[in-house]
Amino acid sequence: MLASASPLIPEMATQEVQLNETLAHLKTESETLKSKLEEERAKLHDVELHQVAEKVEGLGQFVMKTRRTLKGHGNKVLCMDWCKDKRRIVSSSQDGKVIVWDAFTTNKEHAVTMPCTWVMACAYAPSGCAVACGGLDNKCSVYPLSLDKNENLAAKKKSVAMHTNYLSACSFTNSDMQILTSSGDGTCALWDVESGQLLQSFHGHAADVLCLDLAPSETGNTFVSGGCDKKANVWDMRSGQCIQSFETHESDINSVRYYPSGDAFASGSDDATCRLYDLRADREVAIYSKESIIFGVSSVDFSLSGRLLFGGYNDYTINVWDVLKGTRVSILFGHENRVSTLRVSPDGTAFCTGSWDHTLRIWA
Amino acid sequence: MTSNSNLSNMRRLVEQLKLEASVERIKVTERLVSQAAAELQQYCLQNAAKDALLVGVPTGSNPFREPRSCAVV
Repeated sequence: MLASASPLIPEMATQEVQLNETLAHLKTESETLKSKLEEERAKLHDVELHQVAEKVEGLGQFVMKTRRTLKGHGNKVLCMDWCKDKRRIVSSSQDGKVIVWDAFTTNKEHAVTMPCTWVMACAYAPSGCAVACGGLDNKCSVYPLSLDKNENLAAKKKSVAMHTNYLSACSFTNSDMQILTSSGDGTCALWDVESGQLLQSFHGHAADVLCLDLAPSETGNTFVSGGCDKKANVWDMRSGQCIQSFETHESDINSVRYYPSGDAFASGSDDATCRLYDLRADREVAIYSKESIIFGVSSVDFSLSGRLLFGGYNDYTINVWDVLKGTRVSILFGHENRVSTLRVSPDGTAFCTGSWDHTLRIWA
Repeated sequence: MTSNSNLSNMRRLVEQLKLEASVERIKVTERLVSQAAAELQQYCLQNAAKDALLVGVPTGSNPFREPRSCAVV
């Protein structure tokens, strides 16, 4: 006991005892709340999506092929995004290059060399007049696209976001004015493009955040993020609060994408599964997996109606899933290395994949 | 002091859990997964006709499926 020491020590001992008591009390409280949440969730779960969809007609054979191959990157393609005009694409690569393509003609329209390698994130501005990108430089920079092909794009570069670790994903909100970012530093953040000011930060992931997706504009100001902590979090953009959290994956979540109605979202993970989470039921409602699929999913996206879910995998393939029935309807081959990124075009007529084999492919 | 940071972590966790428990969706206990699933299904079926990757489109109207013209230079 500390009774024989100087007068300060007994006080500190009492403080420490109090702290431990408060800690124990909070621990009990958190356990109680956790089991209460589990109870509430269990009440709502009585059936899975594929059971509800039993009566729906099955899908026929799919003929989807590579219609264009975009060659020009010198190293692994890490990310891509479509322009709202449904024909232009921006892509970024491990070699530091960011290229804007016309997907109809496969011509390169712009190219920028970033000062860093591993440009893991890129996004097209809604206006089509700028692109954002970043990666190992821990920043997100915006490049206005010039009509003058000779103009040096790097000269007009604007540094917008600053994280304390790599940038994993970025997305403009409904205008060119704001950008949402996610980072290896475990946070997401909302930035004003013009001033570079941090508007809101989102804390809650316990490890690197790898992906994000904004809710379709009709459904309000929320977005979903996925991370190395196996969690998918739904955030309120105005308050910065995490309003829902899902933890059913068994490994890193590499990709999240909202269902077109905004009422659900899909995720793809290193655990080789894709999952669908319904936001109103507040739980996972479907798992898309097969015993034969053992490689991680790098990216997912829905077809226009939400009936199909496309997943790009680390085993070089694309698996196409019937969202309602939970079955795989097609497997697509073509890439010669991991598929790292996948997005359906804005009007749903095609989807684009980027790969570690240095190319991008348009499928339809 | 590690006790202090443990304490603030625990406090944060409890606050987060309280917030989650109070959010609207918990109060709506009548909401069943089957109803949510039925709505997802309905959305799919309502929009199926417009989904080019699902149903295909008349030949010639998908710009990516069109054969590209080649110019001899």
